[in-house]
Amino acid sequence: MEYKTLTELSKELTTKKISSVELTQFFLERIKSFDKKLNSFITVTEDHALQMAKQADEQRAKGEAGRLTGIPFAQKDIFCTRGIKTTCGSKILDNFISPYDATVVKRFNDAGAVLLGKTNMDEFAMGSSNENSYYGPVKNPWDLERVPGGSSGGSAAAVAAYLTPGATGTDTGGSIRQPAALCGISGIKPTYGRVSRYGMIAFASSLDQGGPMARTAEDLALLLQTMSGFDEHDSTSVDKPVPDYLKTLNDPIKGLRIGLPKEFFNQGLDSEISKIIHDAVREYEKLGATVKEISLPNTELSIPAYYVIAPAECSSNLARFDGVRYGYRCDNPKDLEDLYKRSRSEGFGNEVKRRIMIGTYALSAGYYDAYYLKAQKIRGLIRDDFMKAFNEVDVILGPTSPTPAFKLGEKMNDPVSMYLSDIYTIAVNLAGLPAMSIPAGFTKGLPIGMHLIGNLFDEERLLKVAHNYQKVTDWHTKIPEGF
Amino acid sequence: MSLTAADVKKIAHLARLNMSEADIALYTPQLSNILAFVEHMNQADTSHIDPIANPLDLSQRLRKDVVTEKNERDQFQAIAPEVQVGLYLVPKVIEDE
Amino acid sequence: MEWETVIGLEVHTQLLTKSKLFSGASTAFGADPNTQACAIDLGFPGVLPVLNGEVVRMAIKLGLGINAQIEARSIFARKNYFYPDLPKGYQISQYELPVVSRGFLDILLEDGTSKRINITRAHLEEDAGKSLHEDFQDQSGIDLNRAGTPLLEIVSEPDMRSAKEAIAYLKTLHSLVVYLGICDGNMQEGSFRCDANVSVRRRGETKFGTRTELKNINSFRFIERAINYEVERQIALIENGEKVLQETRLYDPNKNETRSMRSKEEANDYRYFPDPDLLPLVISQDLIESVRHELPELPQQKRQRFMDQYGLSAYDAGVLVASRELANFFETTVKASGNQPKLAANWVMGELSAALNKSNLEITDSPVNAEQLGKLVLRIHDNTISGKIAKTIFEALWNKEGDVDDIIEKRGLKQVTDTSAIEVLIDKIIAANPQQVADYRSGKDKLFGFFVGQAMKESGGKMNPQQLNDILKKKLSG
Repeated sequence: MEYKTLTELSKELTTKKISSVELTQFFLERIKSFDKKLNSFITVTEDHALQMAKQADEQRAKGEAGRLTGIPFAQKDIFCTRGIKTTCGSKILDNFISPYDATVVKRFNDAGAVLLGKTNMDEFAMGSSNENSYYGPVKNPWDLERVPGGSSGGSAAAVAAYLTPGATGTDTGGSIRQPAALCGISGIKPTYGRVSRYGMIAFASSLDQGGPMARTAEDLALLLQTMSGFDEHDSTSVDKPVPDYLKTLNDPIKGLRIGLPKEFFNQGLDSEISKIIHDAVREYEKLGATVKEISLPNTELSIPAYYVIAPAECSSNLARFDGVRYGYRCDNPKDLEDLYKRSRSEGFGNEVKRRIMIGTYALSAGYYDAYYLKAQKIRGLIRDDFMKAFNEVDVILGPTSPTPAFKLGEKMNDPVSMYLSDIYTIAVNLAGLPAMSIPAGFTKGLPIGMHLIGNLFDEERLLKVAHNYQKVTDWHTKIPEGF
Repeated sequence: MSLTAADVKKIAHLARLNMSEADIALYTPQLSNILAFVEHMNQADTSHIDPIANPLDLSQRLRKDVVTEKNERDQFQAIAPEVQVGLYLVPKVIEDE
Repeated sequence: MEWETVIGLEVHTQLLTKSKLFSGASTAFGADPNTQACAIDLGFPGVLPVLNGEVVRMAIKLGLGINAQIEARSIFARKNYFYPDLPKGYQISQYELPVVSRGFLDILLEDGTSKRINITRAHLEEDAGKSLHEDFQDQSGIDLNRAGTPLLEIVSEPDMRSAKEAIAYLKTLHSLVVYLGICDGNMQEGSFRCDANVSVRRRGETKFGTRTELKNINSFRFIERAINYEVERQIALIENGEKVLQETRLYDPNKNETRSMRSKEEANDYRYFPDPDLLPLVISQDLIESVRHELPELPQQKRQRFMDQYGLSAYDAGVLVASRELANFFETTVKASGNQPKLAANWVMGELSAALNKSNLEITDSPVNAEQLGKLVLRIHDNTISGKIAKTIFEALWNKEGDVDDIIEKRGLKQVTDTSAIEVLIDKIIAANPQQVADYRSGKDKLFGFFVGQAMKESGGKMNPQQLNDILKKKLSG
């Protein structure tokens, strides 16, 4: 059972080599033994999990099991789970027991997956290191002095340390891909609108997108199949059929046109990482792909545009946390203004407050055009760059992150340098494209992620391209020492 | 754009955040740095570009006008900070509406 | 007069949908607090809005009703501010691109002329909840049942020049939205609320004066009083060499005065931006056409038809179309009267309206239904009864004493039209009053009335006046 992928575990359940209860107990035990070191879970739902596992086994006995029935699984604590604490990594929601299920949660429940718990994250998904959680930082299982990346750092660390075979993440500027890269696992951010945002606590609504994180592309295909699809509760959800991702996973990629954006390989990139990515490109050439250099000239502008749009939207999205209907309320407010100001100031952490402030400023009278409108136009430029590129190539390939996992505390006092660690991922969110990160090698014992970007709704191709690589490499099978 | 302490105070009030003098001393340069960084956007000529509010070029879907929600007040208010006779309580709202 | 008043109106109409603008919670009025506020209305973390399609059809109806442009593409924005009755910390509203723009309404003035009032725009937005202050020491209670209820805000140009014009516009608009079936028009429950922008300027001046905004006034009468008070206040200020401040003022109907809402003015910076949870609202020409087919006859069209078809005066037609119910009542009456529109109009606007007013009843609650009133008119027309007798019968109908013909029958109120019967009666009167007959014949013409009176008295008023006149004249001259 040790280190089997989610797909393999699904087969073991099907052939009744193991029961869901046994499997669930196994992962709960691992969480108990190892998560003290990692802090990857905010809430472990042990009793609930065992009960769900028992139900899953009963369902299977009745012959009504699907591929995820009885599979232990973790949800990022940004997804609302009915009757279970949902914190979004924030003190302001420390006492929030959600009265409803997010659509994504409902879909996994309906599929019979067993919820192990809720994973740690940067507060309201704002961060690239998971150091912004009210529940303390998550450690990278490859080096406990280093960050796992963020904001889905808890999910990434938990999957990497095999505390769960899979988990959900959300990606607003790289929050699935960057931690996947830094923890040596696979993760996919689908096309904007592919996965319902209903019940996924909003950070920046026009950028947020949920997606799965697991060991392999094959696992991701299975999970994405369950997560995806139209949801009438989300106006931005796209009513478009979801292809059978598993069906085409093994198709060959001969003739695939890969583009390498020259802007992804400039001086900011660690030279070791550059080498690792070029090795991966050679593997693809061996598999019959053709490779050409392309240009995404406005890549650098993506970060400034992002740090206007995301804070502006978050400043408004987070106004509902006011101490009136749920969540944290300050003690003895002396008047209404005091209630608002102290509840919010005591309830939010520094990075969240910083972004609310930036966003409030960017939207305020006299500055809207210079900041928000300008950023939306930059968004147009960036989308045009990608559309041009996809006229020539099928997928875009590069590094996910300019550096491997950095040390805890290293960038905490320099927000701008922290923001720059998302240089390769952010443009993808601005354009709404699907993209993934898969393990491609190691430098000094730390995993490196390869970034694959597809055209709108081209998840099927991305998963196939990743799976083909994973069939001829073994980076995705590595488990950090001590776990 | 360099912000002053007064700017930061004003923004904090709009966002209903408390700022101590120490907070203002910390935030003023940090926010100014972020804004200076953000202003790199101005390098780009966007005069011919339409702004994008949403990555997908789609239009709003319409819902049927039917009541689908039932009364869940007890459940919702079980997690509220302060309620009485079904109302959420807040410090007195100065009557001007 | 030296001063000219300038008024623009913003009207919030609550749309008559079953569910809210962005959620499936009920909009019914008067439920227990917070029992109709769902997770979306309460602004729970993670919830998202989905637009109610019926609201769009209603906005199109209004747009067609005010001869406006219905925009092919409009945008929902967020208006950001903190208030306990605003759960999300922002109101979803249309800002830069509203669903309806550039329309007009023609209003009828008291002198019978009409005036065109231009309408700048109409946009969709969600209502807020309510704060209740009475029952809690140092605290307010928040009821969010109303939060998320759909509103259509209709903004006029500053085209009105008196409180009377403002009221005429409001009544015309009120009647329109009720006709269209998009609003119940109930002002007490806040379904039709008005803010007035008021300024004054010296006659001949082309620039507008500084305006004040009068908030949330909930009856026509109060609006008229509030505007008149505000106009006087502004004129007095200027004549004293002081300045009018641009501010929001509240009308107090108990004191009949307006007063400043100071705190409201504190640096409003609503930070509008397009709501990223909603996509552009696109309205196709097909949708507009399908709504156009559903449109009822509108008050102005109906007024014209009443003039053309029934030969009514502009004033009478205007009164009768003021509400759809009154207009329907009238048309049913006409039908039952064997097509006597003028007589029917007189009865609906005269006897019936007076009786309803006296008892404080709406036309829909009238004890006399339109068929009965029509029958009454018919009986006047076919000479079964006289107009005077008809009033007696109307009272009986009002008191539910039965059907028109039954009452006539039971009480023996049928007009005497049998010539020989009238002749017999007149012969009797002539025989009984020889002196008066002699006087009349010698030239005292005035005595004719005496004989009519006698005849009416004898017959209990049931004699046909024309017939009586003719026969009496003949007999007396004989």
